[in-house]
Amino acid sequence: MTLSEVLSVIEGKVISPDVDLSQEISMACGADLMSDVLAFTHSGTLLLTGLTNPHVIRTAEMAGIVAIVFVRGKLPSTETITLAQAKGIPLLASKYTMYETCGRLYQTGLPGCGLFKLTAESWLDNLPSSGDPST
Amino acid sequence: MIISLHLATHQPDPRRVSFLGKRTNPKMVTKGQADKAAAISRAPLEVTKLQELVYELKVEQVMTRKVITVSPDDSMRHLKEVLRVNRISGAPVLHDGELVGIITIEDLIKTLELGEIDASVGKKMTTETQTVFADETAIQAVNKFAHFRFGRLPVVNRQGKLVGILTQGDIVRGLLRQLEVDYHEEEIHRYRASHIFEDIVSDQTGLILRYKVQAQDFVHCGEAASNLKRALERLGAKPAAVRRIAVASYEAETNLVLHTTKGGEIIAEVHPEKIRIVAVDNGPGIPDTEQAMQPGYSTASDWIRELGFGAGMGLNNIQACADEMHLESKVGVGTRLEIVIKL
Repeated sequence: MTLSEVLSVIEGKVISPDVDLSQEISMACGADLMSDVLAFTHSGTLLLTGLTNPHVIRTAEMAGIVAIVFVRGKLPSTETITLAQAKGIPLLASKYTMYETCGRLYQTGLPGCGLFKLTAESWLDNLPSSGDPST
Repeated sequence: MIISLHLATHQPDPRRVSFLGKRTNPKMVTKGQADKAAAISRAPLEVTKLQELVYELKVEQVMTRKVITVSPDDSMRHLKEVLRVNRISGAPVLHDGELVGIITIEDLIKTLELGEIDASVGKKMTTETQTVFADETAIQAVNKFAHFRFGRLPVVNRQGKLVGILTQGDIVRGLLRQLEVDYHEEEIHRYRASHIFEDIVSDQTGLILRYKVQAQDFVHCGEAASNLKRALERLGAKPAAVRRIAVASYEAETNLVLHTTKGGEIIAEVHPEKIRIVAVDNGPGIPDTEQAMQPGYSTASDWIRELGFGAGMGLNNIQACADEMHLESKVGVGTRLEIVIKL
């Protein structure tokens, strides 16, 4: 999916200068926890987040994120935009909430990043009860 | 203006083109600047590099910072002297530090024709001033020049304050200067870097990169990891390995910034087949390293969490990225985290 297709699905706007909208993304991740972004994503990921501080860009740089969508109409500072431009990471904005922005993209068939191995293997073991309502 | 014509007709994003990968003769770039510029305007390959540059180069990198200004209360006679003495053809008009207009040699000629040389600058200036932002790219300025056909554009910061002035000549000079610098840097650093392990013969060649990390300096947090990532890219490491190293070292760096009292160091030892990264600090130390390794365990404060960090996944994440990981810590002494990632 290209960034320009993403824009039309989320009815979003480009908020950083000189963006190449023909860039391809192959999956997406919605997160406000930067550790999650570092843990779950792969290169080729589109990041959707409600955080707008410059560390989102740093995180994206390390994780090989293609582009970032800021959700629920939040806009980043000039500092964040400047850093993103320097790192060549396009910034987009969506007026919809995280849930709805993700939902719109997911509906088109854009997949998530898969489960973190550690979570996939042990998440049930960590629950206090088995989750069976009768016990 | 030849530059803008080349650019305007070229649609695909030129920033995505790696000039190094396509260049056939790396030696030609160390010759004289003028020859180079002439060659560049002809050869399609170097035009690409030039295009790349105008998209990257910021107005503030090429603008003239020392701006000669006049006041709206000055007379046109005074302006004539200002233009003559400074050998310029126009000047921004400032009133109480605010940009209120621009006055040019053209306005002066019209004033002279009307015999109104003692009229005020304020009466003759253009008030609807077009400006460029200091953090805009050179290409945006080039487009503005082409569109408005002005000789100069005042440069303002995002607060609207005048910080410089830009002419098309400034852009051309800036580009030439940058071409020189870029070719030089790329030539020396990137070209040689990728061959370092083949060029240097020893029984074991290693490259040590040391990054100091300040405690609580959240503004610069990530720079060490970013620099390490870039260095490895230059050394020609595989993208997948670079990503794992970048993520692991960023987590380690974040830990040094957030949790240490005096900061620490990240030492990367690069070998042809693997990289060893050691993050060391002098305290406070982790009381229970096993507990610290529990996913979700965190001692981070609320403000750190508000920035999206401190979720207690850092060490797990480092472990997931690394082929080997050792964590040693002693309260009151310090912590030493060592990871090895195969290249």
